Amino acid sequence: MSVRVDHLSIAYRTRSGDVCPVDQVSFSVADGEIMGLAGESGSGKSTLGTSLVYLDMRMKHLGGSVELDGRHLPIDDNRAMRPYRMKQVSLIPQYAMSALNPTRRIRRLIADLLRSHGVRDREVMTELNRRIALVGLDQDVLDRYSFELSGGMRQRVTLLISTLLNPSLLIADEVTSALDVSTQRAVGELLIEFRDRGFSKSLIVITHDLAILAQVADTITVMYAGRLAEKASTGTLIEAPLHPYTQLLLASLPEVGARHDQVTLTGIPGRPPSLANPPDGCRFRDRCPFAFDRCTTVPPFEEVAPGHFVACWKAAA
Amino acid sequence: MTSLLRIDQVSKLYRTSNFGGGVVPALRRVSFDIPGGEVVTLIGESGSGKTTLGRIVLRLTAASSGQVIFSGQDISAFAGPRLREYYRQVQGVFQDPFSSYNPVYRADRVFELVRTSYFPHLPGPQWRDKIEAALRAVALNPADVLGRYPHQLSGGQQQRLLIARALLLDVKLLVADEITSMLDASTRVDILNLLISLKRAGLAILFITHDLSLGHYVSDRTVILRRGVIVEMGDTVEVFGHPRHPYTRNLLTAVPELHKKWRRLDAEATADAGGAARGPDGPDRAAGGPPTSPAVARRGRWPARTPRAAEALEPPPPLVPAGPGHLVAETDP
Amino acid sequence: MSDVTAASPQAPGPVAAPLPGAPVAAAPLVPGQRSDLLHYALRNRKLVAGLSFEALFVLAAVFGPFISPHNTTDYFLPHLAPSAQHWMGTDYFGHDVFAQLVNGLRESYLVGALGALCAALTGMALGFTAGYRGGLLDEVLQLITNIMVMIPSLVLLVVIGAYLKTRGVLFEGVFIGLTTWPWVARAVRAQTFTLRSREFVDLARLSGRRAYSIVVRDIAPNMASYLFLVVVLLFGSSMLLAASYDFLGLGPTSGISLGTMMNQATLWSALQLHVWWWFVPPGLVLTGMVAALLVANVGLDEVFNPKLRQQ
Repeated sequence: MSVRVDHLSIAYRTRSGDVCPVDQVSFSVADGEIMGLAGESGSGKSTLGTSLVYLDMRMKHLGGSVELDGRHLPIDDNRAMRPYRMKQVSLIPQYAMSALNPTRRIRRLIADLLRSHGVRDREVMTELNRRIALVGLDQDVLDRYSFELSGGMRQRVTLLISTLLNPSLLIADEVTSALDVSTQRAVGELLIEFRDRGFSKSLIVITHDLAILAQVADTITVMYAGRLAEKASTGTLIEAPLHPYTQLLLASLPEVGARHDQVTLTGIPGRPPSLANPPDGCRFRDRCPFAFDRCTTVPPFEEVAPGHFVACWKAAA
Repeated sequence: MTSLLRIDQVSKLYRTSNFGGGVVPALRRVSFDIPGGEVVTLIGESGSGKTTLGRIVLRLTAASSGQVIFSGQDISAFAGPRLREYYRQVQGVFQDPFSSYNPVYRADRVFELVRTSYFPHLPGPQWRDKIEAALRAVALNPADVLGRYPHQLSGGQQQRLLIARALLLDVKLLVADEITSMLDASTRVDILNLLISLKRAGLAILFITHDLSLGHYVSDRTVILRRGVIVEMGDTVEVFGHPRHPYTRNLLTAVPELHKKWRRLDAEATADAGGAARGPDGPDRAAGGPPTSPAVARRGRWPARTPRAAEALEPPPPLVPAGPGHLVAETDP
Repeated sequence: MSDVTAASPQAPGPVAAPLPGAPVAAAPLVPGQRSDLLHYALRNRKLVAGLSFEALFVLAAVFGPFISPHNTTDYFLPHLAPSAQHWMGTDYFGHDVFAQLVNGLRESYLVGALGALCAALTGMALGFTAGYRGGLLDEVLQLITNIMVMIPSLVLLVVIGAYLKTRGVLFEGVFIGLTTWPWVARAVRAQTFTLRSREFVDLARLSGRRAYSIVVRDIAPNMASYLFLVVVLLFGSSMLLAASYDFLGLGPTSGISLGTMMNQATLWSALQLHVWWWFVPPGLVLTGMVAALLVANVGLDEVFNPKLRQQ
């Protein structure tokens, strides 16, 4: 197993108190697997992804463990995580492409970053030059400033930087969101290629867009209100989902080819529960058309078929 | 259908602050019609000029040249009372639902904004009835939203409230600029269904989006914009079913679908085009040349050039018919 | 999440602000946040200390003349040291210094308020107009602002003063107001530019609202904290500026103020004659008044702008 997360819980401090956007989350990602982490607003997916790399001031590790390549990952201690960052586990945060320092040329940016991780420039810079061409950018991109590049180019640069040291695990948070459709496809294919070439052993791709995951991911995990709802291989999840949330979500996505006069799509009524005051039991039960009395107790996230995990009483029955 | 709004050779140029004295053409001689009671989708990626066009129609920005004709009159001449009259019939809803609200006030102040200009003499109870009717038309429970502050409402509720505001007036045309892109996928389709029910009641909608599947779901006609120029337009089913312009084909192959992988879509597109798929500014794959994977071909497309001034002022390629109600910009053979 | 502050970007620092401690950024006073503001306000040491201190002086200005046993026009023996009869002694002319001080305080506050009001109204009017309209009007107003910045106000005061037989408190207040508005106009213009491109302004336009209404009802409330801080700062700087003018003899031709007290003390050699009770009290009081106001202003800025809070 490349990554094993076991009953991980992270709390987040807000003005109205502590909320728990990651609540007893357990999953694993195999070597060479691209796992998609899907969820809507308030699901906690970004917090989950970020917590595997660092905890910012507002986050607190409540419990659970993370193992990477068989070794314990000290995510609760930011300082202890330093030797792991960029080398074992790497994160592309949301809006990363807007966060490149505009006062430095790209080459200098990368050099500074590597130096701060204790890596000598020369060995990695030749590798950098090789990889630049691979992602379809010209060599002179390195000598430009970030604001001279288009959105797609900047996103490729961030992808490049975060995989330069060949981490075991790459976590990509909404890397395709702000991009045009054609660039989205190029970036998505790039993620697959990085995995194929071994620039990163496994990937966790976080997004709200299930369609992108259908193209890119090997397995998809759906998160709702801080808990995992379902995890399965991509084909199974898309074609035969078991969790009502996944089913309703898929049913609300219009595809090219669907028109309102031929197909009636409906959304999911209501909205996700506030994490500050979550309901007891299954968090989806207020919006779930199949809810019954058992749903007032928390359904366990368990394997109902090989490789297919669901947290639902109805599905487990 | 008679044309409700006609966009006629509209261009918008921005001066850049470069020393080269360049101009950036946000729009180049864009022309199309919006018939009454129909949904016209304006599809474009970033930099296509679609938002600029929406703002020009809403008179929030002025066009550099060309005209926008509403009910036979040029809207650029409107001022004061005539402009207010225009806004009685043409309204807009924008992308970020939260930004449309002034955070200092309650959410329903957006209704009050309309009242002073358009219903100054309407007595209180009748105004209240009007608001409640508009809220019910957008499937909002008045008790849930009246008296609340914007941050207490969800994104979906905020957008619906803004649509309700437009319905208070006599709108004939609603400009919807990416109104669902900041909403969760599970609530998106409900807003779209709402737009469709409004269209059935006679409202024309200019639906601006970058999302092809949404455009296909709601619209009757589609206009595809690229870098300020129309490359293809016509009846939605026709344009999506038989895309002729390489850019349109490119877009369609790049859209991620749930049940089909990208590679297969590529193959379909190649078959449909007769065996020579080309990116608009990528390397040509001459027939008989070594096969390159689409991924590599796509990569050769960068970096994108910004147009020079001379290019900015050139007339765009003319639109030629390509099918029933279907126009395509001429491409070099 | 419900913790939303529609934070505006950092305002570019006001150019040639008269005093340091100019407010950093604007934030709207979001309702639901008002009780939070009060909570933080009561706990901010700078604000509480500054305001309390200032309150002392205000009380002195309001009640001082009533409790003072003497009037400003009464004559006594000159150069009397502070004693039980004359709490701050007498000056060269035999006037009671304490009486002069508390009456002078009143005049200083009056000029300060007048100057602040004038400067605030002018600066905001021009700043909002330039920021909202843009274009040619903006260029013209910028030109006017730049010209005003260049004109040395002291020289202007001397020249105007030469043509006026008498100068009153009103004149001084208005003059200060009309010469210190440029930085206000620039700061307000910058903020207005930012707020003008927000979508709720577009919505107000689409609702048929007129420009004036949009500026007053939509834009200004989103800069409320900033405007408040600006007014407080103007108040302090007006008082200081008035005292400077008075000290140079360019103040009102009649009446007593802190500055005129110090002017007279200098002219009549109080320093050399060791008549410290004539110039030290007005100097200290002036310093205290303005400093307390500025400290309170910094505290207020911290209350409005969460990013400045130490914790």
